[in-house]
Amino acid sequence: MNTIFYIAGGVAIISSLLAITNRNAIHALLYLILSLLSISVIFYILGAPFSAALEVIVYAGAIMVLFIFVVMMLNIGLEEEQENKWLTPRMWIVPSILALALLIIFIYVLKEFQFEKTTADIIGPKQVGIKMFTKYLLAVEISAILLLAGIIGGYHLGKQKKKVLHRFIDNIRKI
Amino acid sequence: MKFVFIIAGVLISVLTIAAGLIYVERRLLALFQDRLGPNRVGPFGLLQVIADMIKIFFKEDWIPPFADKAVFVMAPGILIATILLTFAVIPFADNFIVLDSNIGLLFFLGNSSLGVYSIVLGGWASNNKYSLLGSIRASAQMLTYEVFMGLSLVGVIMMADSFSLRDIVEAQRGGWFVIPQFVGFVIFFIAGIAETHRTPFDIPEADGELVAGYHSEYSGMKFGMFFVGEYMGVTLISALIATLFFGGWLGPSFLPPAFWFFLKTAFFICMFILIRASLPRPRYDQLMELGWKVLLPLVLLNILITGGVLIYTHSL
Repeated sequence: MNTIFYIAGGVAIISSLLAITNRNAIHALLYLILSLLSISVIFYILGAPFSAALEVIVYAGAIMVLFIFVVMMLNIGLEEEQENKWLTPRMWIVPSILALALLIIFIYVLKEFQFEKTTADIIGPKQVGIKMFTKYLLAVEISAILLLAGIIGGYHLGKQKKKVLHRFIDNIRKI
Repeated sequence: MKFVFIIAGVLISVLTIAAGLIYVERRLLALFQDRLGPNRVGPFGLLQVIADMIKIFFKEDWIPPFADKAVFVMAPGILIATILLTFAVIPFADNFIVLDSNIGLLFFLGNSSLGVYSIVLGGWASNNKYSLLGSIRASAQMLTYEVFMGLSLVGVIMMADSFSLRDIVEAQRGGWFVIPQFVGFVIFFIAGIAETHRTPFDIPEADGELVAGYHSEYSGMKFGMFFVGEYMGVTLISALIATLFFGGWLGPSFLPPAFWFFLKTAFFICMFILIRASLPRPRYDQLMELGWKVLLPLVLLNILITGGVLIYTHSL
């Protein structure tokens, strides 16, 4: 099991790096999908099959399709010049320092606390459901309201007045 | 050893059925349209499939110079891989199943949502406006119908109390789920047609408007993989309908269980072909309207009523 964990983790790290460095938008998204799939494998190994399945269905299967959809619609291809223009050292130096600080803390924590066990108890879909609707009910409700707000906002933005394309009907309306 | 035997059995039967369906579909369509269909190659034209296969293997495998080569080659493979992986969780008979997983149904939904990529990326990588239009339609259509496909199965999951397809079949010993879950069955069937983008819902490849949609630029065996992938998708959806709503391998014991499963699957495959022969293609916006305005409220109502009845009967 440990070998599979390290292989999946390695794939996740490498594909995430490639997703950032790739200049082609669609190729970068494909690497991101690969990274999400390998994270789902890690979830499965750690004993959370339900989360693993949801990771594939929701993230890799639905959200990333929407990303690709938008990239296809906007016809974003190789846009090196724009990126070079945007990515001045002033833009990335401060975030990199902050990220480096986090990395140092992370390595320190990993060094201090030894995690021996990589396999935990298997949490089935039923336990997840019971916990979601008892202990974490408030979180579920709040995220539901957030999604509802998103739907209403999307509806408001996408709503259009009905266009009548026939000049005869159009003239009647004017009179 | 038995494990390898089961995998080989599933693989061979799925590929044989998918290839054989090319012949079955052409003959059945001909029957519905009052003509003969392929009847020249071998007895009853049975060797037509082999002739077609030989032809398609020897065609020039042309990758357009303007295409995104890596993605172009990868796209048909994604389709075949996701569909074949899903057959792993389908029980052909009591013990004839590759992987009896407690997330079996979610495994199917995950794979079907990954299958969208093959069509979307295939159309994008072709770098052709008709292909791109086809894949934009495909991504919207399949995302929409994936939602109902998942939701229409919630009733079955609640009644069987499990995501495992084997448990779902076992739970139908008292009666097939098609009776209490009729709405779920109809919506799953419609969503299944949309997911496999078969004819009423084949707007991603609508040949009247888009040449051949997302696979306009494909030729040779790469096109063949899209073609066979469609038939494998039909087989998959039919097998799932038989498993989830019609009791899978259960049936009177004078025939082996696997035979009942194949019989039910074959019936729904024929239904797919009959629907193709009889219904015209809707417009793109009509398809979306049907999805979000009719099917979504219906499927939510179905979940609500199923839940209510289950709570009522449990409390008695």
